[in-house]
Amino acid sequence: MAIECLVLGAGQEVGKSCVVVSIGGKRIMFDCGMHMGYLDHRRYPDFSLISETGDFNSALTCIIITHFHLDHVGALPYFTEVRGYQGPIFMTYPTKAMAPLMLEDYRKVMVERRGEEEQFSHDHIVDCMKKVTTLDLKQTVQVDKDLQIRAYYAGHVLGAAMIYAKVGDTAMVYTGDYNMTPDRHLGAAQIDRLQLDLLITESTYATTIRDSKYAREREFLKAVHKCISGGGKVLIPTFALGRAQELCILLDDYWERMNLKIPIYFSAGLTIQANKYYKMLIGWTSQKIKDTYAIRNTFDFKHVCPFDRSLINASGPCVLFATPGMISGGFSLEVFKQWAPSEKNLVTLPGYCVAGTIGHKLMSGKPTRIDIDKDTHIDVRCQIHQLSFSPHTDAKGIMDLVEFLSPKHVILVHGEKPKMATLKGRIQSELGIQCNDPANNETVLIPTTQNVKINATKMFMRSCSHADFHSVKNSLPCLSDSSFGDSEASNLVRNEKVVEGILVMEKTKTAKIVCEDEFLQTLHVEEHKVQFEYSCPAEKCREQVSCQSNSGPPPSDGNFSETC
Amino acid sequence: MLELCGFRLLLECPLDLSALTVFAPISATDNDANASGLIKAQPWYKTVAALHLWDPSLIGAILVSTPAGMLGLPFLARNPKFSGKIYATEATARIGRLMMEELVAMHAEFVQFYGPDERPGLPEWMKWEELEKLPPALREVVMGEDGEELGSWMPLYSASDIKECMQKVQSVKYAEEVCYNGTIILKAFSSGLEIGSCNWTVNGPRRNITYLSSSIFESSHAMDFDYHSLQGNDLILFSDLSSLNSMAKKGNDFNGNNNHSEPMHKDAPLCDVSAIRTDYDNEDEILRCLGGIDENLEEIDKISFVCSCILDSLQMGGSALIPVGRLGVVLLLLEQLSRLLESSHLKVPIFMISTAAEEMLAFTNAVPEWLCKQRQQKLFSGEALFGHVELMDEKKLLLFPILNSSNLFGTKTLHRMMWQEPCIVFSPHWSLRLGPVVHLLRRWHADPRCVLVVEEGADAEVALLPFKMVAMKVLQCSFLSGIRMQKVRPLLEMLQPKLVLFPEDLRLQCPLKDDSSCSILYYLKNVMLHVPGLRSDFEVCLATDLAFQLKPRKLTERNMAIARLKGQLLLNNGKYLLVASKELLDLSNKQLLHWGSADPVRLLMALQERGIIGSIHWDKNGTDGVFSIQITKPEEAMIETSGTKTVIYCRDKTMAALIYEAFSSVCGGI
Repeated sequence: MAIECLVLGAGQEVGKSCVVVSIGGKRIMFDCGMHMGYLDHRRYPDFSLISETGDFNSALTCIIITHFHLDHVGALPYFTEVRGYQGPIFMTYPTKAMAPLMLEDYRKVMVERRGEEEQFSHDHIVDCMKKVTTLDLKQTVQVDKDLQIRAYYAGHVLGAAMIYAKVGDTAMVYTGDYNMTPDRHLGAAQIDRLQLDLLITESTYATTIRDSKYAREREFLKAVHKCISGGGKVLIPTFALGRAQELCILLDDYWERMNLKIPIYFSAGLTIQANKYYKMLIGWTSQKIKDTYAIRNTFDFKHVCPFDRSLINASGPCVLFATPGMISGGFSLEVFKQWAPSEKNLVTLPGYCVAGTIGHKLMSGKPTRIDIDKDTHIDVRCQIHQLSFSPHTDAKGIMDLVEFLSPKHVILVHGEKPKMATLKGRIQSELGIQCNDPANNETVLIPTTQNVKINATKMFMRSCSHADFHSVKNSLPCLSDSSFGDSEASNLVRNEKVVEGILVMEKTKTAKIVCEDEFLQTLHVEEHKVQFEYSCPAEKCREQVSCQSNSGPPPSDGNFSETC
Repeated sequence: MLELCGFRLLLECPLDLSALTVFAPISATDNDANASGLIKAQPWYKTVAALHLWDPSLIGAILVSTPAGMLGLPFLARNPKFSGKIYATEATARIGRLMMEELVAMHAEFVQFYGPDERPGLPEWMKWEELEKLPPALREVVMGEDGEELGSWMPLYSASDIKECMQKVQSVKYAEEVCYNGTIILKAFSSGLEIGSCNWTVNGPRRNITYLSSSIFESSHAMDFDYHSLQGNDLILFSDLSSLNSMAKKGNDFNGNNNHSEPMHKDAPLCDVSAIRTDYDNEDEILRCLGGIDENLEEIDKISFVCSCILDSLQMGGSALIPVGRLGVVLLLLEQLSRLLESSHLKVPIFMISTAAEEMLAFTNAVPEWLCKQRQQKLFSGEALFGHVELMDEKKLLLFPILNSSNLFGTKTLHRMMWQEPCIVFSPHWSLRLGPVVHLLRRWHADPRCVLVVEEGADAEVALLPFKMVAMKVLQCSFLSGIRMQKVRPLLEMLQPKLVLFPEDLRLQCPLKDDSSCSILYYLKNVMLHVPGLRSDFEVCLATDLAFQLKPRKLTERNMAIARLKGQLLLNNGKYLLVASKELLDLSNKQLLHWGSADPVRLLMALQERGIIGSIHWDKNGTDGVFSIQITKPEEAMIETSGTKTVIYCRDKTMAALIYEAFSSVCGGI
């Protein structure tokens, strides 16, 4: 049996994550994302590669969505409602709660602001979400008789999961996006020590090693504080969910400590509404927030209020959270146009911006003029601060995870081609694990091995009694952020004794291990003992060596006693 | 107590809270302490009767299925000899912890009243002469029928005991696989009874066991009974004993006291044996039978009925006291009551007085993963999961952590400002002996306009003994707390076990027939039951590397192939795996075991092929199979054979090995 892995998106790029994996006759689609950098057919994965006839229901066993970001879920309503996939879809509770918000927000931006023809309607989103089955962390879900899946905490955004899938003895993990260090509101990724044939991991920061988060947060707060004390306005373009909440916790906390009275605004109802969801989904946040929510829910922000469009040109300093994050359009672009020309103001940029967005242009160098289209251009005089705390793991985190799981094979997705090549080299040379970084629409074949199921008799099992079992302690060094569960390690116990038996294979029955005595009984024969007498046949001196027992020596090894 | 794969698993570790009624509540005034005969002392708590007879060091693991099932855990966990693991779902562990902390907080009132229990040894009331003085009914609660239960009383654990105990709890999600000692896989599946309550599957290498606790098919708050996931296990340990209670009260769901008697379901006796079907045509029909919609509607009806009774009292100017322990019932009552108050334009405050209230209510609004589908849908549409969130925002529901008579009706301004009557009060039950319920009963028991809502179960007479005369209305109601008798059979048919362990107590009430596919064993309290094994062989996985090392030989006449196998046995997640040993293997084809006999002519030929010349000498007596071969070249040697034994005489080892090889080639062997 082999695993076949077809990369439909996020192959040597970031955007439209979508990988279709075939294991033991099952075919799973991991993520169904959209590419924010394209407006033509390239925005969606090329679904026709899954099934030429378009019969996706028989071509796929299920779809699993790792988290609610559009580059992971954006194409889902299109795939289910327009292309007609009707099969099972799995995602975690927070993802199911928030994916429709993201999709609806995107649809509105596309249709209402850009005046584009819609790819899917509001009803499509609603109908699509009805088909979703929810997953809880660590829950082992039996998708069908043979396919088992399980979600592990991935950090990154609320509800993000790494997915373990197993068919027979073949198992794999698809990480989605993950973060190996905890942030203000989320914990670090956590996974058991699993036996894997394949690990498909993101590699956004394939070569970056990040320093302490604390310093980066302080830098951000300093920049914001400086701007508002100079009477400037701070624009924080962000995804409505995830980054917004983290920064909000950070600012709310800072405002409280510094006794600041300058308003923090959230654009649109979206983020405010999102906070409501966060309050119910406390169980998916960091331990600190979980421990304290009964007294004060962290997502009841004290200093945050909704923003009204009329406030754009109001005087006085303020902080504004606006979507979308990469200033690719929508409200953040509208405000950017107004605020960018003043050098008093500050615009923060997320850690990663897709090529083609304004965010990306601002990141590369310090442009003074940005052309929106032929007729519109913006003079950029404001301060730019790039947020360097991204919810993705850095290279060390990826290497740690790969080493911890020690899969037989690694596939890298969701990264930039040259950096991925570097990481691939490291995984192969430093960890000795086979690694691929396929481009979109490429298929990777991975050979797997399979164990044979046999029976063993009681007597055989008794010959290796339980007393000889010893827990296998993992030999890997403890990881710095201790984010991996070690419970799995103790689930393996090894019997140090070498056991021996006879395997009996009959055509219609499961093969069976038996002890020698049992074997003779099943054959209804008696043992024929063979003895050696190392003497002249005439001499009556016998050596009592029998070849009956396991320890019985084969005659040629010459180690047995020759006492007469 | 379950013995499996050499390990001992304890199922549940509850407290007998009904026994708490033998103690008198703290009396506010002396004349209150009337001749009820109750024990006036700091209460002790009664654990499972025979548990103290077990050596805690022998308990490998404890499985808990409901919050109530863990109230006795600290008693075990604080024992230094106990080193086992405790498993419970996250939600059960959380709610259970809150309940235990609440118990300790309520108990503190007694400690304050009587002073700390410092004397070593048994308390005064446990002395024989004191026990003799007790009324017979109370004595039986204390001692059991023949005095054996006296040993199960314990002084209450402390807050730090709880903390320590909780550290030993490994909490799980529904359907999460946990592995005990590499051998037993445990999984919890929703039982529908409460938020987080569960049934367990216990899978060892040779047994698949379902531990079925009290389950409810469809719930208005908790996730439904997930019986599909229990399918396919060989053995069901049926321990839903809730039907026993319903039997005892002969079908009446409600019992009012003298001035308020409105039995609701006269026509629906719970255990109508004739209603138990014996044949089901197909699975669909079984599934239909198991559907819980009717049950759930009935429960909602009951809640509505309770609410309307409360409303009656409120309209008369009385207050309502609701010491109900079932979290789900409380949450539903809150929602229904507030709606009813709204529609009848009554402005009556709702108080919840419990140290756990704040955390409990916050918790229930943050656990969509543990709730029923309708509640989960609220998450997806962005609404709060339960109505109490809004009630608290609107200050219609007010929480007090603790309450005693001085601060409630006395001078503390904060409470006075909020407190008003008539009102509705939710409080913990604790057998009406601990906490705010005692103070409020004292205040209201003589007021016929007030109403007390309690769950049916423990003897209400005894519970209300210290509050005589009771003029307030007492509404006793029973909420569904387990599988109905009619559903036992269809459920078992659907789960298709090979063996069912059924409580002897329920044998007559729920006649189950042994049939070819499933046999039934009845278990009794304190009697060890040996359960026959269903599988004789173990399932083992053969690793590929080892499989490739095998050198199979065909036994053509028997139509089988055999191979000698040598490896190391691993136990991983309850599965055995045979892998190649790291030691260097002897890769020769040497046969170590022979059977049957060698044909002399073929043996001679085999020897000749190896350059050994000899001649056959038959046994003088002509016995079949007995012969010897005299070897002359290259060296003198001899093979002596009888039916079951061959002796090779030879001086030279190399030659002996050659002879052995020749012999092996003509004799059956491996």
